Amino acid sequence: MKSLAELAAIKERMQKNVVIREGEARTRVVVGMATCGIAAGARPVLAAFVNGVANADLNDKIMITQTGCIGICQYEPVVEVYEDGKEKVTYVKLDAAKAAEIVEKHLKGGNVVAEYTIGAYKKD
Amino acid sequence: MKELSLNILDVTKNSVTAGADKIEITLRTAADGWLTFTLRDNGCGMSEEVQKRVTDPFYTTRTTRKVGMGLPLLKMAAEQTGGELRIDSSTEKGKSGTLLTATFDTGSIDFMPIGDIVSTVCILISGSPEVRFVFLDETEKGSVSLDTDELKAVLGEDISLAEPEIVAWMEGYLREQYAERDTE
Repeated sequence: MKSLAELAAIKERMQKNVVIREGEARTRVVVGMATCGIAAGARPVLAAFVNGVANADLNDKIMITQTGCIGICQYEPVVEVYEDGKEKVTYVKLDAAKAAEIVEKHLKGGNVVAEYTIGAYKKD
Repeated sequence: MKELSLNILDVTKNSVTAGADKIEITLRTAADGWLTFTLRDNGCGMSEEVQKRVTDPFYTTRTTRKVGMGLPLLKMAAEQTGGELRIDSSTEKGKSGTLLTATFDTGSIDFMPIGDIVSTVCILISGSPEVRFVFLDETEKGSVSLDTDELKAVLGEDISLAEPEIVAWMEGYLREQYAERDTE
């Protein structure tokens, strides 16, 4: 059974990592969560990013945030990845499976999954 | 929207935008099958003029485009089961806030399933970790609840409720409560 005591243990473990993290910029994953995004399936996408990052033990390196309407509703669910010193990557028309793949290949492996980016869609 | 919990996710974000620092989400299912969803916040509130117009899809406060579907969709979801959406709001300084009440007949063929409310709650909390969220889902079988103040009391100031590891814990915490309630 999950308890508040368990939460306290997680806190202790995380506090040790906070010290290591200082000075290092975390990569930001921004998920569009306005009505358009939610209706298109952004909630399971966001959940997949959160669980993927938690399970891959990337907590220290990745920050997941939400935003409103990005303005390209026809491409929702839309996710933007901001990495220090690199160009922003915009992923479009995602689902939970694609999100898990992005965690694995891009966030963990450092390779952009080009086929899911907005550039790949606009060419079609 | 395919699930009521997606509508709830959507309209609760309005409370965050309204600057609320306390948001209460309550679901109560009565013995006769009627579900009442209430959303109470202490945000800036809406003037009477705005209250009259918010369920009109061609009214929106957003700037990226000219339609706002959040409240119209919730209203439709309630009304198609024979229920209704009520909005009480005040902009009075010191007492401002909004109370949304939506009722649904869960026995209606047009009732949209609640869906994954746990995911909705976790996403709301992680999206606005500074806001106090109080969640309660009550049925005859028992209740499931979460108050972020209790979590913050454990975590202190250093660890945000938006940390993926914490969100994953919250999700498990709520899912266990549901499993326990619904097997009894």
